[in-house]
Amino acid sequence: MKIKIFYFARLKETLKFSTEDLELPDDEYAGLTVLKLKAHLAKRSDVWQQMLLGKLKVRGAINHELVDDSAALSDGDEVAFFPPVTGG
Amino acid sequence: MTIRIQTQDFDAGLEIKQLRHARKDTGAVVSFIGQVRDINEGDTVSLLTLEHYPGMTEKALQSITDQAKSRWDIFDVLIIHRVGTMQPSDQIVLVAVISAHRGEAFKACEFIMDYLKTEAPFWKKEVTQQGDKTAERWVEAKITDDEARQRWAKPY
Repeated sequence: MKIKIFYFARLKETLKFSTEDLELPDDEYAGLTVLKLKAHLAKRSDVWQQMLLGKLKVRGAINHELVDDSAALSDGDEVAFFPPVTGG
Repeated sequence: MTIRIQTQDFDAGLEIKQLRHARKDTGAVVSFIGQVRDINEGDTVSLLTLEHYPGMTEKALQSITDQAKSRWDIFDVLIIHRVGTMQPSDQIVLVAVISAHRGEAFKACEFIMDYLKTEAPFWKKEVTQQGDKTAERWVEAKITDDEARQRWAKPY
């Protein structure tokens, strides 16, 4: 499964990543959810662990729609992680 | 329905005039302008930078506007939201709603702002002055904004 991930605001700044293309083996990642993806990315380092699964609230979006951690991912999806929004 | 995300400033008077003249059966125009404050959490703010998620931002604002249109009898909506770096007193956002009578436009305008503040992917970073020191920090989301949004979930 191939997905594209975007990071914004504090996450982008701290992780030093704005976007990446990620390929995950289909057999191992069947039924991939937002939470499972966070756990997968969190294995990269302590900083990733803190930013994605730490105390700070992280919101997720799939194909530009806000979703919960339980949302399922499909091949070709555009995923985004970011802090609660503060516009207006 | 017009949704614009832009770095440049806007002329609110001109924008509202154009909206007012769009329909002769318009009897009410309600608008909101949000602007940069020079203080936040007790610290002096000298600059504010807004980041957004191109693509999702437009869709989120479109969806919020569609919800407002389905809930209230309004004619048209204009949303302009700036991104980039701004100074105190600079305009950040304009939401304007036209309808036949004021009640619908008032409610729709407030609803759109409450949802924009909690669902549209914008993030603010501010430069603060603490004595001689300059510091940068991300603005934290406020619980009061979530509460403001929750009000609209009640039956109406």
